Amino acid sequence: MKIPRTPWLLVVAAGFWAVVQLLRLVGFNDYYLFIANLSLVYVILAVSLNLINGIIGQFSLGHMGFAAVGAYVSGSITTLIYKLSPNVAAHYPGFVLALVAGGVAAALVGVAIGFPTLRLKGDYLAIVTLGFGEIIRTIFNNIDAVGGPRGLLGIPKFSTFTVILAFALITVAVIRNIAESAHGRNMIAIRENELAADLVGIDTTGYKVKVFALGAFFAGVGGGLYAHLLQIAHPTQFGFIYSVQVLIMVYAGGVGSLTGSVLAAFALTILTQVLKSFLSWLKAATDLPIGGDWYMVVYALLLILIMLYRTEGLMGTREAKLMIIPEEDEK
Amino acid sequence: MSAVLKVTGMSHWFGGLKAVSNFHFEVPEGAIYGLIGPNGSGKTTTFNLITGIYKPTEGKIEFAGGDITGAKPYRIVRKGVARTFQNLRIFGSMSVLDNVRVARQYRPASTLLASTLRLPSFKAEERLRKAEAMRLLDVLHLADRAKEQAKNLPYGELRRLEIARALATDPKLLLLDEPAAGMNPKEVQDLMALIGRVRDEFKVTVFLIEHHMKFVMGLCERIKVLDFGETIAEGIPEVVAKDPRVLEAYLGKKGGH
Repeated sequence: MKIPRTPWLLVVAAGFWAVVQLLRLVGFNDYYLFIANLSLVYVILAVSLNLINGIIGQFSLGHMGFAAVGAYVSGSITTLIYKLSPNVAAHYPGFVLALVAGGVAAALVGVAIGFPTLRLKGDYLAIVTLGFGEIIRTIFNNIDAVGGPRGLLGIPKFSTFTVILAFALITVAVIRNIAESAHGRNMIAIRENELAADLVGIDTTGYKVKVFALGAFFAGVGGGLYAHLLQIAHPTQFGFIYSVQVLIMVYAGGVGSLTGSVLAAFALTILTQVLKSFLSWLKAATDLPIGGDWYMVVYALLLILIMLYRTEGLMGTREAKLMIIPEEDEK
Repeated sequence: MSAVLKVTGMSHWFGGLKAVSNFHFEVPEGAIYGLIGPNGSGKTTTFNLITGIYKPTEGKIEFAGGDITGAKPYRIVRKGVARTFQNLRIFGSMSVLDNVRVARQYRPASTLLASTLRLPSFKAEERLRKAEAMRLLDVLHLADRAKEQAKNLPYGELRRLEIARALATDPKLLLLDEPAAGMNPKEVQDLMALIGRVRDEFKVTVFLIEHHMKFVMGLCERIKVLDFGETIAEGIPEVVAKDPRVLEAYLGKKGGH
């Protein structure tokens, strides 16, 4: 009789859900819930970027470009159906489909960008992906049908805590399962030594395009959830600086460690909010010429400190126990 | 004996520099074939041309009867050509086992979806490939190192790991790029025995590049000697060793300093 393994990831997610629901009863206000939601969106973005940057080792700086595609596509769909009938509860299946559509659109853009650029390595790829991210953003900035520079307004607030958590769980589980499979090992081999990977028979370009598409898909879903959380998709939300923010999460958590990305997404989202409030308070109290945006200075400092003193990030390439699928003979 | 690898009229230029000039050779099936020559004589370039890292400027490379000239490296590997590297190229942060497993499973039968959902077919494949990889490590005396991070292995074991990894791709032809480099005499002896055993056990043709004369003379059944991109001698070790042009290339001109 085979005893099924405890699905720890699901247990932890369910535990987190229950804790938040309980806290809601004792004064966990909407602002705190918003931070929890935002953290989970960043979990999706950071983990999917880690697949590209960490696991297969292709330095991408345009992750928010993919998120923008997902946000605008899903946002346009839901705004349209919401206009036709404003019954929120009836629209959840449509919302999920819209998110997936946004993800698929982002994946297609990922493939379109991936084919010409993935021959490039290291810094060159970073620069080109940065450029593409900005191009995507600029395109949305200039399409009047989605609001142009005003942004796509009136997106229904469909991103509830439960929905975001479910998608975060799916993202982490899917990427974890892929990382811990023959495909994942091939991806890591490409990161470790591309020429050697090529010369043991791995189709390196094929993998890179697939991973780019998959990472972009989840970024698109994350972007869609983000838009339905803030109820707006605005070009400035997807600027280069936010791609860097996700990148810092990946590096702070440890490149190649999905656990690290999850922890860093929470830690840095919370840190950002704390810093923003602290800096606003400081400004009000002391009259210093600082604004809430100064939190980016702290972010940049953090990145410098990581690079100087802990290059491998919080976790290195290690994973928490619940993220590791034991091999058959090791149970 | 038929030739498993046949190279005709192969030349390669790096800009204005002719690295390989009008090469002709046939590697007989099942042989241990050696390519020797001083530094810069075009040995590694020859390997890079055969494995598809470079495209030859001229000429044709045939493997097992099919034309592989200018094919993509991973496709050439899939046809049955595997190699090791002079400067080790291992997957450092992966375990020793995974280094071999990757080569065993460069194109997994399980799709990404089957892997994500952990379908029974996926699990069966993982089990099978792991067992195969372990068997290879066993042959190369690396089984007790299976779980270690590859980068922590000593040099001699890394060389063996590269051979294990190359064998994992199920090659018909195994290219070894200076397998004895940096080894002490005892290790060289062991390596010679190992290469002979690998050839017999895995039914591969071995084609190796080496500086180490004793090693090549003692191990190879057929030798080709290069100098400045040109072939200066070819044949069985006993004959090649006495060839005046070979002696000249290696020991210098008679009477000259």
